Amino acid sequence: MMRLVVGPFNRVEGDLEVALTVEDGHVRRAEVNAPLYRGFEQMLLGRDPRDALVITPRICGICSISQSAAAAQALAGAMGLEPTPQGAAMAALIHAAENVADHLTHFHLFFMPDFARPDYATRPWHRRAVERFTAMEGGAQRRAVQARAELLHVMGLLAGKWPHTLAIQPGGVTRAPGLREKARLGATLRAFRRYLEEVLFGGSLEEFAALDTPDALMRWGRGDVGLFLEIAADLDLLTLGRGSGRYLSFGAYRQAEGPVFAAGVWDGVARQLDPAAVTEDLSHAWMAGGAQHPFEGVTVPDESMSAPAYSWCKAPRLQGRGYEVGALARQVVDGHPLALALVGGGVLARVAGRLLELARSQPVMEGLVAGIVPGEAFMVQGHLPRSGRGAGLVEAARGALGHWLRIEGGKIAGYQIIAPTTWNFSPRDSAGVPGPLEAALEGVAVEGPGALSVQHVVRSFDPCMVCTVH
Amino acid sequence: MKTLLWLQAAGCGGCTMSLLCAESPDVIETLEDAGIRLLWHPALSLETGAEVLTLLNAITEGRQVLDILCVEGAIARGPAGTGRFQMLAGTGHSLMHWVERLAPRAAHVVAVGSCAAFGGVTAAGGNPSDAVGLQYDGGHSGGLFAPDWRAGGGDPVINIAGCPTHPGWVTETLMLLAAGEEIALDGFSRPRFYADHLVHHGCPKNEFYEYKASARELSEIGCMMENLGCIGTQAVGDCNIRPWNGEGSCTRGGYPCINCTAPRFEDPAHAFVETPKVAGIPVGLPTDMPKAWFMALASLSKAATPERIGQNAKADRVLVPPTLRRPK
Repeated sequence: MMRLVVGPFNRVEGDLEVALTVEDGHVRRAEVNAPLYRGFEQMLLGRDPRDALVITPRICGICSISQSAAAAQALAGAMGLEPTPQGAAMAALIHAAENVADHLTHFHLFFMPDFARPDYATRPWHRRAVERFTAMEGGAQRRAVQARAELLHVMGLLAGKWPHTLAIQPGGVTRAPGLREKARLGATLRAFRRYLEEVLFGGSLEEFAALDTPDALMRWGRGDVGLFLEIAADLDLLTLGRGSGRYLSFGAYRQAEGPVFAAGVWDGVARQLDPAAVTEDLSHAWMAGGAQHPFEGVTVPDESMSAPAYSWCKAPRLQGRGYEVGALARQVVDGHPLALALVGGGVLARVAGRLLELARSQPVMEGLVAGIVPGEAFMVQGHLPRSGRGAGLVEAARGALGHWLRIEGGKIAGYQIIAPTTWNFSPRDSAGVPGPLEAALEGVAVEGPGALSVQHVVRSFDPCMVCTVH
Repeated sequence: MKTLLWLQAAGCGGCTMSLLCAESPDVIETLEDAGIRLLWHPALSLETGAEVLTLLNAITEGRQVLDILCVEGAIARGPAGTGRFQMLAGTGHSLMHWVERLAPRAAHVVAVGSCAAFGGVTAAGGNPSDAVGLQYDGGHSGGLFAPDWRAGGGDPVINIAGCPTHPGWVTETLMLLAAGEEIALDGFSRPRFYADHLVHHGCPKNEFYEYKASARELSEIGCMMENLGCIGTQAVGDCNIRPWNGEGSCTRGGYPCINCTAPRFEDPAHAFVETPKVAGIPVGLPTDMPKAWFMALASLSKAATPERIGQNAKADRVLVPPTLRRPK
């Protein structure tokens, strides 16, 4: 039996440390530690509620818009306000552009470079992986960085800048696009589709989105996606780091008629999500207090960092159980046949969920642009109550993000945030049940000093550690 | 080739994300063309775990030359001065510990973003993690390092303040350093090439400002100084001279400048999107203009506001176009 600490764990957003107990070459027990504490929930107390729109996006530079969207929705809830339909559509477009950019960043910058490592020099695909995905040098990487920067012109047009915008407000968005903005957004999205179809997928997005079985997926064989699938088949990434098969989604891109990607829970069957059944367990977090619903929750750090706690991350649970969140969860909950066929899968399933969502999100963004009606109202005004509360439940690239806001005397009296990686990388709860990543790592073979398979599993979740603890 | 090490301290990682928005050429090509070799960057480099530790030790022991150290994020000193609110994973030491050991080895130390420069948002609202900037604590000189601290090349910490930083501010600072150019710094150690400008310069709302034709609520296109907390007339930055993400900026996006390049911007003592007023008159008028003159000019121009400007200011798009003058 040996103990292995992996860190600094890079190509994840933020700080991550993974401690493994290894027995006979396999992980027996994993403890995931988020080693950075900043205290955003404390900073917000006593402030003007609208300040949440400035402060919370700055929790995270990679899912800044998701934080904006959650804060705006929580404020709208407290104000009893609904954004105008055109405002909600533009907020959805801004949000989708960020999520798509994040999926691109994850695949090219964070996840794929590991396959270019010399450890895989004997594999038949290695030379191509080196050409396409070597960190800082691979052709696919460079092209993705450029395509992403151009896609984010959506932000320049609608959100001022990225990250950290104030464009998304409880009543809609601050900038009303006209016809020329509509034309320019269309041009930006057409260029991005060209990149996706010519380079990343090597084929039609609609054709990829229509894949409905893992066999059909594995036969795709085109573009950089094809190279990934070839690697995944060779290394059996479907069984590496299997998930629990329980998924949760708050529903992505809320419009008047409902979210674009459905909200709900999957645990063998599709169920309704009951946000009132969410609690945060603190038994293994360096936090004082007991398990609470986030409307009642507090954030009081245990500065002595004493055992048995081992992380700043709280352990969110729904009806006492942990859930995996992210693109795969979103697509499972939305009922996509390919995602449903990948339920319980490991590294391949999570990455394929992201690719599937990329292919499905492009037409969503195009539809939102096509639906712009210049001259309509893009924002409605409202008034903040002296006291009240509201929840903002949205989907960041990495999964379900919740903000729970309480206002008293016109000031923020409570602000609790549960980020996607808080779900995925949660520590154990009071019953000793490990979080989704910890569970997925159990049984994984640990070979070589870098424990590469452990790295694949961790990165397959696309963790965002700065959000996790905030 | 100049070597560059990038560390992420207590922050959101947004300055790296913004840097990845560099265009024509992209950030990877820009660094390459400038003759900069990235020793390690947490989001971009292959190396992880023990491989990184080997590199960090080589630098602290002087076996690896370090020309430029970039730190993104504030230094979390808590709890109780231990730095344990941010441990550099796998090393058993705080990030604070590593920066203290690595910085003296670097020829140039660059604080990327307002957190690394001054503490920034990480130090907001009572500063739960006891965060400071590398060489500033808010607006006060002296942060993790004392006011008279100097990097190997003789410069203080260069503060590329901004939340986030514009990709151009970072790439241009690095290009100049790699080329051996002296970078002129302002009173808060910010590069003057962007800090000599105000966000007001080139703001598309300038004509509204001239007449104090003000937006009352967000989404109205008038000037946001009088009611909506905009500090673009005082905030340094060339945000409206060079665009963000193609053609954006905060004020172009329809929301106020919150002065994110300044120390302590994170705690303005009023709501960010509301202008504090005394007897109906905004406090915090442009710094280099006598207040009486400002008030006189403002009331005069307000009285002279053309109908077109007055109407447009309170709409969410241009309703009244400019009057055409036809050539005779």
